[in-house]
Amino acid sequence: MTILNRKVFRELARMRGQVIAITLVMACGIMLYVSSRHTYISLLKSQESYYATYRFADVFAGMKRAPASTAEEIARIPGVSRVRTRIVMDVNLDVPGLDEPATGRLVSMPERRRQVLNDVAIQRGRYPAIGRPEEVIISEAFAVANGLVPDDWIGAVINGRQKALRVVGIGLSPEYVYEVQGTGSIFPDNLRFGVIWMARDALGAAFDMEGGFNDLSVALSSEARERDVIDRMDLVLEPYGSTGAYGRDGQISHRFLMDEIIGLSVSSNFTPAVFLGIAALLLHIVFSRMVRAQRDQIAIMKAFGYNNLTIGWHYLKFAFLAISGGTLLGIVGGFLIGRPLTALYQDYYRFPDLVYELNFEVIALAAIISVSAAFLGTLHALRSAMSLPPAEAMRPDAPAHFRPLSMERLGVHQMLSPVWRMIFRNMERKPVKTLLSAFGIAMAVAILVMGRFTFDSIEYLIDYQFRTVQRDDAAVVFAGPRPARARFELSHLPGVVRSEPYRAVPVRLRSGHRMKQTAINGLDPAGELRQLIDRDGQTQSMPPEGVVLTRTLADLLAVREGDMVAVEVLEGSRMQGRLPVSLLVDELIGISAYMDNRALNRFLGEGSTISGAYLSVDPLRADALYATLKETPAVAGVAVREAVIRGFEDSIAESTSATTFTLTVFACIIACGMVYNGARIALEERNREMASLRVLGFTEREISVVLLGEQAIVTLLAIPIGFLIGWGLCYLAVNATAQELYRMPLVITGKTYAFAFLVVSAAAVVSAYAVHRQLRHLDMIGVLKIQE
Amino acid sequence: MTVDQASPVFRARSISKVYRMGEVDVTALRGVDLDLYAGELAVFLGASGSGKSTLLNILGGLDVPSGGKVYYREREITGADESERTGFRRKSVGFVFQFYNLIPSLTALENVELVTEIAGEPMPAEEALRLVGLESRMHHFPAQMSGGEQQRVAIARAIAKRPEVLLCDEPTGALDYATGKRVLEVIEKVNSTLGTTTAVITHNAAIADMADRVIRLRSGEIIDVYANPTKKRPDELSW
Repeated sequence: MTILNRKVFRELARMRGQVIAITLVMACGIMLYVSSRHTYISLLKSQESYYATYRFADVFAGMKRAPASTAEEIARIPGVSRVRTRIVMDVNLDVPGLDEPATGRLVSMPERRRQVLNDVAIQRGRYPAIGRPEEVIISEAFAVANGLVPDDWIGAVINGRQKALRVVGIGLSPEYVYEVQGTGSIFPDNLRFGVIWMARDALGAAFDMEGGFNDLSVALSSEARERDVIDRMDLVLEPYGSTGAYGRDGQISHRFLMDEIIGLSVSSNFTPAVFLGIAALLLHIVFSRMVRAQRDQIAIMKAFGYNNLTIGWHYLKFAFLAISGGTLLGIVGGFLIGRPLTALYQDYYRFPDLVYELNFEVIALAAIISVSAAFLGTLHALRSAMSLPPAEAMRPDAPAHFRPLSMERLGVHQMLSPVWRMIFRNMERKPVKTLLSAFGIAMAVAILVMGRFTFDSIEYLIDYQFRTVQRDDAAVVFAGPRPARARFELSHLPGVVRSEPYRAVPVRLRSGHRMKQTAINGLDPAGELRQLIDRDGQTQSMPPEGVVLTRTLADLLAVREGDMVAVEVLEGSRMQGRLPVSLLVDELIGISAYMDNRALNRFLGEGSTISGAYLSVDPLRADALYATLKETPAVAGVAVREAVIRGFEDSIAESTSATTFTLTVFACIIACGMVYNGARIALEERNREMASLRVLGFTEREISVVLLGEQAIVTLLAIPIGFLIGWGLCYLAVNATAQELYRMPLVITGKTYAFAFLVVSAAAVVSAYAVHRQLRHLDMIGVLKIQE
Repeated sequence: MTVDQASPVFRARSISKVYRMGEVDVTALRGVDLDLYAGELAVFLGASGSGKSTLLNILGGLDVPSGGKVYYREREITGADESERTGFRRKSVGFVFQFYNLIPSLTALENVELVTEIAGEPMPAEEALRLVGLESRMHHFPAQMSGGEQQRVAIARAIAKRPEVLLCDEPTGALDYATGKRVLEVIEKVNSTLGTTTAVITHNAAIADMADRVIRLRSGEIIDVYANPTKKRPDELSW
């Protein structure tokens, strides 16, 4: 080993506290990058292979009933490569052990197993036997939530008749990677919603669909243009009560999965970048100090004939060695924690196989990123080491130059003791260093705020959407439109305190070339169970005419209050017309449209018809009510609000806790790293001052005030800056994830700020204590013998 | 200045000090006996490595001996722990070093105030600076002053708390001839006007002429102690 290399290793060993801090921060950044990148690639590859293996369709359409021959017509449309017709029906289920009614989506499968579009991946059990109409496959999430296994029985109300179904298999499908019912209920409620695959003949007979179908899936050839195919399909399917064909974009499971994958792609680059920036900052602070302290050594080396390149490379080696441990740790740790992190997604997104493998491109990029951070962080120190003229470097560093500063001009110093004047002057003399240290700690605060923000936001979202906007305890959906008097039948059921009917109709809204498919909900204007809330949080009454749009929908259509939208009804009469936009409301979930139900009935040219009702329920009699609804054939589904909230909170709590915990640990490491390094460097640079003060009779405690007071002020300065940056990061995160399906509100509670404050303060105190202990080893005599 | 022989401020008995320098033991002091009397100005004379700084550091409570005992008045300071020694330095001892050791971020006045704040009955910081002739430079930072001025600030800082003893380790070592003499004048003035027991370490034999008593050291031992009946004023010294 050359002498210079020996110097590198010995000095790194001496600086081990600081090297450990750099290693840990670096490891955090690389670990986040490697794990989230692997998770991203894993989800993307798992999706790709799942879709390919089980033939996920490209275009989908639902309708009332179409004759079997229609399928051939569709198959002739240019660009269509495969067609699958199905019978799909939502029915009420009676699941053993579950009080409330559950909704089952019955999906037909061929009698004899063959390769079809949207195939089922059987995870346990088997395919239903031929001639056994009672045998079904149920979706895995539903089975797990309800503890159902093959050979269990569940009850279903099929076309008005109670039927017992025997579970023979547990399966998954690319159509239900994210298993939700659809519009209105976008959070998974696996206890109360499941997919049930059963033989087509049994289903066709039960729903009078023999020789027909009500659901169509189409695969496109590679050169097909989706929009053209959709238009042609709509023409063919219109007479059969089609609700409009749509591509994968409109398929809810695919939409959620894609949003998640894209979000992950953004955050897998964004968060690690923050950490690596901090690692570079730490390197900058530590190495600038090191080069300053080694001026004389650099001068001697230059005097002996070492050239600038050799010296530059010598110091660069320090940086590379200092980060190598962290990088290695980050890569190995990142790959290892990536697997359980990916597995967390299994709670929402179910794949038959999660592809998780080492990706060398990610590893190589991680190494490049960390080397770049090291180079960037040491650039300043390298430049000053290389540009130092030997003769000048041989002379000691010019004595610290202090002049009266703003403190004196303001006269503040009169109020401060000499010790505090020392502290403030030191900070003021090196404003860049002070600000950089504060910035590093501020980032730790910001990361903590961002980590806990998800809790706040979701809590607010649930409260706003499910307690302010939707005030019903349960929403009943009828199997089809019913006369308005059905409402009174509901209100006489046990436990119903109040019932408000609604009319929901699937529509396509257009404005210019913009188009959105949604549903218009006709509400009772005197109703209380659904609220229209505007941007300022004020409750608005339902306008008697025109359509009310959520702001997101209005933005997508580029319309404002008073504009006209074209409405194309996708059921029954399939009429078209125009309606004025009478009001905009703010909701965090979905893209809904509302109308006065009488105006909607008028617009549709029908009498008083309702699609269901919102119920207010007496909690003591809720069980009896749900038991009755379970056995009511006309009821296609019941959404119980508290159950939906509970299911959502349970499932989201786990993944959010994991993320918050990880970010908290990482933020602590950053805060400790910044404070420890700041205090260590202050100790090295000012040990002469410290020793002088000890000689003058100052106690250890008193001189640690001088040393740590500065760190305390920097930390206190950093916390509000961190709050601001944290708010900004949350703002960016909210906008990056603003989705049609739901929008994270930018809500940060005092609890989150207090949490960030406490964690960072605690980290600062711990690192301050570590440095305080080193004051005991101060060499008073040695230090005084040396010329400054 | 008459020296009260009966009441020594410091009594050192059989002081020895062995340093461990890496793997080698270095003996800095070998069984030194010494008394310092109230109000006297003693000069410790010796070459570098003679043990004079070590002796001064032990007397001032900066260092502890390997063997022997030191009494300050009636109290044994060799048995004191770190916090007691800190209290001793804080209350009773003023130090002046070769390299001044001022705090660069504090002005002359503030450097003195640093000490008067924690002392029991200090003199006003301005008065201490007036005593060393720096009343016009009070609001200057160390970087704005010459070496001699900085050393005088260090002396002002040392005496402002009215210490009983003033220990000066090569106070003129980093200064030129004229400036050095100016600093010695200040030390002499402090000794004569305040009556502070003063010990000055030097390797410069000429400075011994301003002492009441001269203590010569060589290789960690006191080789000679003599009273100086023909005490000179610092401006009469030359080297």
